Amino acid sequence: MKTLGYACPLPSGGTARELALGFDQGRAKRVMIIPALLDEANRMRRFTVEVMRRLDIAGIDCFLPDLPGCNESLQDLAETTSVDWSDAMQAAAAQFGASHLLAIRGGGLVRPNGYPGWHYAPVKGASILRQMLRARLISSREAGREENQEQLLEVGLEAGLELGGYQLSSGMLRDLQSLVPAISTSFMIIDQEMIGGGPLWLRAEPGEDRAQADALAAVVAIGMNA
Amino acid sequence: MRTKTDQMLRQILSDVLGLEAGQTDNFTTETGLFGHLPELDSMAVAGLLTELEDRLDIIIDDDEVDGDLLETFGSLLAFAEAKQVR
Repeated sequence: MKTLGYACPLPSGGTARELALGFDQGRAKRVMIIPALLDEANRMRRFTVEVMRRLDIAGIDCFLPDLPGCNESLQDLAETTSVDWSDAMQAAAAQFGASHLLAIRGGGLVRPNGYPGWHYAPVKGASILRQMLRARLISSREAGREENQEQLLEVGLEAGLELGGYQLSSGMLRDLQSLVPAISTSFMIIDQEMIGGGPLWLRAEPGEDRAQADALAAVVAIGMNA
Repeated sequence: MRTKTDQMLRQILSDVLGLEAGQTDNFTTETGLFGHLPELDSMAVAGLLTELEDRLDIIIDDDEVDGDLLETFGSLLAFAEAKQVR
């Protein structure tokens, strides 16, 4: 596995270098993975890399780019919207010469069009937002502060809002409220029942599961050989 | 015999806590949850409640979520069962 970079377009013009992990041997089969979003990204990252190791062994090049404002990115998440994320994924897919995409969870909400692939465990933007708002309400209540969802959102949609340690812009909050997974015949949905085991994005501590990584990699590898 | 809701709640807790199936079998109504299990932080609890909504097809209002609800396995189970009857 190598640390790679890609030229990520900036909203103001120009590009910034963003990081990507990759297994690249110049093979014809090339899968770019769009990571899970925000808090789920942390819980799913090790699993995602485990899937990549298996794809590499199966003769498939694969890439995991950072979303701007997340992971190693130096861009300010508070200035980022979901459009910046999809533009970034579009640029990364072109640069890595992806033949297919594998979107994990909310990653499917910002996938570029025009590539076949798979969407593992789709989730609506509104569900991601609801869960992060709920986590904030629970911790506020523990700290003796009374907040409610409507007020938080109202303020957030004006000025942005910190949820779970992520400073989300008003544009990002608006995007999350409305984004739903795109349905396409060239993009297959992989649900958790196909993979088996407990959903790793629910884990309180990031975990991994060999059988699940085997299963997801197998679905992708078999699909590419078909 | 355990109700379906009871089994489902144990399954969700296994998923959240990363336990093997069966390890939540010894949870009793007095088993402490939020504030007792260090890994169960606010984000994990939020995930648990959202999963509970999805699997039981219920809606949990924010003002129903307080320390008492999440205090023990028994309190959460009683809440989930009452929600379904409605």
